[in-house]
Amino acid sequence: MRIFATFRIALRALRRNKMRTVLTMLGMIIGVGAVIASVSITSGAKQQVEQQIASLGENMLLIFPGSFSSSGARLGWGNWHSLKLPDAVAIQTQIDGVTAVSPENRTRAQIIAGNQNWNTSVQGESPEYLQIRQWGLAEGEIFGPEQVRTAAKVCVIGQTVAKQLFPMGDALGQMVRIRDVPCQIIGILNPKGLSPMGSDQDDVVIVPYTTELKRINRETWLDVILVQAVSSAAMPIVQQEISSLLVQRHHLKPEGERDFVVRSQEDIAQAATTTARVMGVLLAGVAAVSLIVGGIGIMNIMLVSVTERTREIGIRMAVGARGGDILVQFLIEAVTLSLIGGGIGIASGMGVSTLLSSITEWPTVTPVLWIIIASLSSAVVGVVSGFYPAWKASRLDPIEALRYE
Amino acid sequence: MNPVIKLDNIRKTYQTGEVEVHAVRGISLDVMPGEFVAIMGSSGSGKSTLMNTIGCLDRPTSGGYFLDGVDILAQSRNDLADIRNRKIGFVFQGFNLLSRTTALENVEMPMLYSHRGASAREQRKNALRSLELVGLAQRADHKPNQLSGGQQQRVAIARALVNHPSLLLADEPTGNLDSQTSIEIMGVFQKLNDQGITIVMVTHELDIARYTKRNLILRDGLVVKDEPVPNRLNAESELSHLREAHQAIKLTA
Repeated sequence: MRIFATFRIALRALRRNKMRTVLTMLGMIIGVGAVIASVSITSGAKQQVEQQIASLGENMLLIFPGSFSSSGARLGWGNWHSLKLPDAVAIQTQIDGVTAVSPENRTRAQIIAGNQNWNTSVQGESPEYLQIRQWGLAEGEIFGPEQVRTAAKVCVIGQTVAKQLFPMGDALGQMVRIRDVPCQIIGILNPKGLSPMGSDQDDVVIVPYTTELKRINRETWLDVILVQAVSSAAMPIVQQEISSLLVQRHHLKPEGERDFVVRSQEDIAQAATTTARVMGVLLAGVAAVSLIVGGIGIMNIMLVSVTERTREIGIRMAVGARGGDILVQFLIEAVTLSLIGGGIGIASGMGVSTLLSSITEWPTVTPVLWIIIASLSSAVVGVVSGFYPAWKASRLDPIEALRYE
Repeated sequence: MNPVIKLDNIRKTYQTGEVEVHAVRGISLDVMPGEFVAIMGSSGSGKSTLMNTIGCLDRPTSGGYFLDGVDILAQSRNDLADIRNRKIGFVFQGFNLLSRTTALENVEMPMLYSHRGASAREQRKNALRSLELVGLAQRADHKPNQLSGGQQQRVAIARALVNHPSLLLADEPTGNLDSQTSIEIMGVFQKLNDQGITIVMVTHELDIARYTKRNLILRDGLVVKDEPVPNRLNAESELSHLREAHQAIKLTA
């Protein structure tokens, strides 16, 4: 018995009852379609979150000042001025696998340029900041080590700030006043978009950290130290070494409370993608339920079909079909039904998610893996739900079957 | 010459509830190649059971059956299917064609289950040749509901012949046909028999049985009469007689 010929017989049998075939497939179409559509939407969302997290920087570690207890009152993270400039220098010089360090001190300040003014975040950074954050310049250049050493009155501004202060777009080379300190704009950053938390990363002015600490904010401590590790594999070791170095520098007990915390980008990513993972588990549940429902529909119709075609089965057996031939015929019919249904489901799921993303501007991605999973599980549903009816057909007695009206 | 069918004291007992029904109570029978046998009998005489046994669709309760020298009772379910496919062609009273399937595809069907591995094109060629044999090649693409009863029965005969069986079994082949078409079908059978095909046919019509060579009469599961047919009718001449008669009363042009 040729598979191809059997396949043709199956298609012919399905075509004979178009309405019934379509309705049976509808179960699979809706089930698979819903799964593909929701997978596309969630993986689109997940990809967006991942992109945003990647936009924070590459292989980045963040060191925040820690919490501490003061007379029994425990203060939260970041409320202690425990991080100082020498810490950053020590990290840079004493730890292997660190490619760049930027000591950051930030404040909010009013900035004035001509008759425009704007309140924004002013960050003191090292020149390596752009490398750590994977951020490029649209125009001009970043300040160099010499300008850091001399606490030069220069700044690099984000796109949002450039638009607000210089609507005409001629920001480069202009002077701005940051808290009475006149600074020259030597560079304009590329657009970076929103952070994972939704804040505008382009609403920023970057000055040398020395300028920030000595002239603008006049503080002696750092809000955060940004560190870039040489590779993502090196990050756990670097993270650990920074911890021990700071414990030593801050004269802390090795097992005691720490006045700093080292966070990696992955920690942040993990938190952000947890939701997506929960969604994924839920989806798998929905997928299983809808495939079972689709499978029951197919089994039901196949049982009806076997009963209806008892006589046909009898004829086929009389002219020499073995039980196995009949089994394969009905099995292929069920699998054809479920595969075509699954295929249409995949196509319509992708169609729906594309439509949705064009309406709502949510990004959607249909992972190839899920297309394969959907196709495979359609086939499995076909085999599982078709087997019992097909087996029943193959066990028919030819004489009884021929007599059946 | 070895017999095509050799039945040795075949018995078949059905258990229906409390009662045992003896459908066949010991039939022995030899059918030689080239024979044309009609099995007759009233309903309940056991002729259907006998046909099902000969057709390898049913197993006797006891006895022996050799088809073409093969011990049928020793075969498995699958082997019986293969024997039906290779050695036996079935023609049924109700034609038993697959509806919404062309005549050609109906005739091709037995070849789907033969494990000879003929290509699709070969199958098509064989099926067409078989249809030609019954004079229906020009209707190959018609579906059963587009064919008359006689034509449907010819398609069924073509299907029965397509795997070149050594035995053609017909169960009331003219039961659903009018008298003229019945004679036409008997003409087809006579022609096939002349070409050497062995035919065993069940019928309850005496005049149809007169086209065969040997008549077997069953009663209560036993053969009560087994004799060659005297004054065998020739379908072709009978048909021309019938046409003349019809012409006389202007039934046909």
